[in-house]
Amino acid sequence: MSQVTLAGIRKSFGARSVLKGCDLNVANGEIMAVLGPSGCGKTTMLRIVAGFLDPDAGTLSFDGTTVAGPRQSVSPQRRQVGYVPQEGALFPHLNVRANILFGLPRKERTESRFREMLDLADLSPDVGSAYPHELSGGQQQRVALARALAPRPRVVLLDEPFSSLDASLRVSTGRAVARVLRAAGTTAILVTHDQGEALSLADRVAVMRDGRIVQVSEPVELYRRPVDVEVATSVGGVVALPALVGGGCARCVLGELQVKAGSHHDSAVTVLVRPEQIRLVEAAPGRLEAQVAAVDFFGPYATVRLRVRAGAGDDIEVVARVPGNELPQVGELVGVCVDGCVEVST
Amino acid sequence: MALLPLGYVLWYAASLGPGELQDLLIRPRIGELLANTLGLLVGVMAASVALGTACAWLVERTDVPFKSMWHVLFAAPLAVPAFVNSYGWVSLTHSVQSYLGAVLIVTLSYFPLVYLPMVAALRGLDPAHEEVAYSLGRSRLSVFRSVVLPGARPALLGGALLVGLHVLAEFGALQMLRFPTFTTAIYDHYRSAFNSAPANVLACVLVLGCLVLLMAELRMRGEIALWRVGRGSARPIEPMTLGRAKPLALAGMSAVVVVALGVPLASLTRWLVVGSSTAFPVGELAAAAATTLGLALGAALLATAMALPVAWLAVRHRGVLANVIERCTFAAHALPGIVVALALVAISIRTVRPLYQTLPLLLIGYAILFLPRALVSIRGSLSQAPPLLDDVARSLGSGRIKAFWRVTMPLIGPGVGAGAALVFLAVSTELTATLLLAPLGTSTLATEFWSDSSSVRYGAAAPYALLLILISMPATYLLSRQTRGSDTR
Repeated sequence: MSQVTLAGIRKSFGARSVLKGCDLNVANGEIMAVLGPSGCGKTTMLRIVAGFLDPDAGTLSFDGTTVAGPRQSVSPQRRQVGYVPQEGALFPHLNVRANILFGLPRKERTESRFREMLDLADLSPDVGSAYPHELSGGQQQRVALARALAPRPRVVLLDEPFSSLDASLRVSTGRAVARVLRAAGTTAILVTHDQGEALSLADRVAVMRDGRIVQVSEPVELYRRPVDVEVATSVGGVVALPALVGGGCARCVLGELQVKAGSHHDSAVTVLVRPEQIRLVEAAPGRLEAQVAAVDFFGPYATVRLRVRAGAGDDIEVVARVPGNELPQVGELVGVCVDGCVEVST
Repeated sequence: MALLPLGYVLWYAASLGPGELQDLLIRPRIGELLANTLGLLVGVMAASVALGTACAWLVERTDVPFKSMWHVLFAAPLAVPAFVNSYGWVSLTHSVQSYLGAVLIVTLSYFPLVYLPMVAALRGLDPAHEEVAYSLGRSRLSVFRSVVLPGARPALLGGALLVGLHVLAEFGALQMLRFPTFTTAIYDHYRSAFNSAPANVLACVLVLGCLVLLMAELRMRGEIALWRVGRGSARPIEPMTLGRAKPLALAGMSAVVVVALGVPLASLTRWLVVGSSTAFPVGELAAAAATTLGLALGAALLATAMALPVAWLAVRHRGVLANVIERCTFAAHALPGIVVALALVAISIRTVRPLYQTLPLLLIGYAILFLPRALVSIRGSLSQAPPLLDDVARSLGSGRIKAFWRVTMPLIGPGVGAGAALVFLAVSTELTATLLLAPLGTSTLATEFWSDSSSVRYGAAAPYALLLILISMPATYLLSRQTRGSDTR
């Protein structure tokens, strides 16, 4: 278990600059999710932490000791990192037991350590002699995690570990993995492009965009206070509206909305409204009215596209998320309320 | 090293004056050889394509019974070396010593080279394409022409070109059939006057033909690789019901098996049982077998040792250099045994005299000839061992070398073994290069068989032929397993 610090990490492949000064601090025992679209450089960052790549500039340190920096680099086999790649990458020629004990010195490959790891990963003891191809996807992933944890690494790196699993397995395996990591008390970096995965499993989430970390926050904080519209979009749907702020509220097409008391005074800003904050009510005089343009039904919930008249200008379309049992008709006139505070983006 | 023979032949041709070259090339004899060789090439390739495709289609796409058995039977002719096959026919009737006879026998020996890739292609094609074509109202014949054949085209052409290379290199069978081609003519020239100019010029022409085929084959190979990507069809296609045509199909298939396997085996058995010259000189047989196995083992080890670094470069460090090295070894693959042998003899006489007619030279010749077989196999298995596994092993505390021993080696082990086995088996039935390169007094199964059968001691040759076939069987089995591998799962 270690604190992992990346400072100003840069990496280019030929002319293409992939990491453009990446800073991140992962606390001891913390699960940090790195969230970003594919191609943003998150896997490159992970491979640099693992030691498979060396950074062009910047330093990487574990507990304050530099492991990769200018002119020096600790080889991957000495770094004590556990690595769980996308497909698990279990050694196909070894059975589960040999896979899990692979990273341990010969005399530590004991039955008790093996049992301990099986327990930790919630695997039944009879899978020990099975070969990787005989396991389900979820089991393979848990064996891969047990293999990474067995040598007691300082940090575990997980590279999109659930993306090859089908939807139902993804949630349960993710939960199991997070539980195992917490039980082992290991520092972990989880790279993912799935916002649900990042928000539900991690202690903190780092949002990565175009080779840089743009925000690091706890999941709830990240969702409620994204630093900009793009970050807001990357963790969920959002409606961005032009507004004027002043006196604790923002005036926009949705009326006067509450904002957190803060530094914005009488300035033109953008407010960010989450679709689930927009509530449909009965149309009544004096209430803000909107026309239902389309309804997309997903079962437990539906998204409703609303056309709101914006003063003299064109209609503005906003998206509301409503419970699946209260669906409006397309073309219907409805009243619109906004619950809670909205976030102001500068 | 693989390019040594090629370089020698070209250098020799270049060193002759243009006038001399012209005199040697423009002769009626050359015209006759050219006509014979080209005629045989076209005839055998066409016949192999027709026979191989028909057999593959019947086995893969129709409801003929006992498919696995037919598959093994259609691959089995590869286990009978072509010269043993022609011995079977010639010792039965001399009427096969003609153009048609040569086409028939060589086709029967080599049509599995078309059949096997066609089976793999027909199996690998996505049935959805055909189903879509049917749903668009196409007839069976039209679907086969417009969907199946284009899909299987790389396999078909690749197989046909491979047959072509074998035809150009074929020596034993054609010599026995008294059908002169470039290869047999080179051998005759060499026997009458060591390292003669005509032999080398003929070799040049032969190499030229081989290189043309090789270029075409390399191009096809690229296409094959593309076409295989991600095409593992999960769903087997519904086999076509033959109905009343079934007895006809079965009769045809049986006829192929009878002429390709039945005749040579029956003839062999006859000579074993009733041949007046049949003898079982156990001592000589054992000695020849031991020599053969020893040579094959040495060559297999040498070829594998040479193939490992080449395969490693080609898979893990793709680049210009790796590509060039890999292509070079395949260029050697196209050279007939006789050309490689001739070049090595000439080079050793001119530069390293002590090597001439020694064991190391013979082993080098084998390694050059059969390196590609080891290479293909090792390459295939190496791409099954992704570098990601090495990364994981390193993150678990193994150094580079340790990771190689604990992860990569166990994974590629079977492939390396299979490659070595293929070289081993190819060497044990090799005739041409052995005849030219082996130290005096070396007798292998193939050369003993050859000297007995070419002096019409058919009975005496029979035990050697039997051993040759027995030795070839495992490799053939391996090959047929590779193409229909999913059966065993």
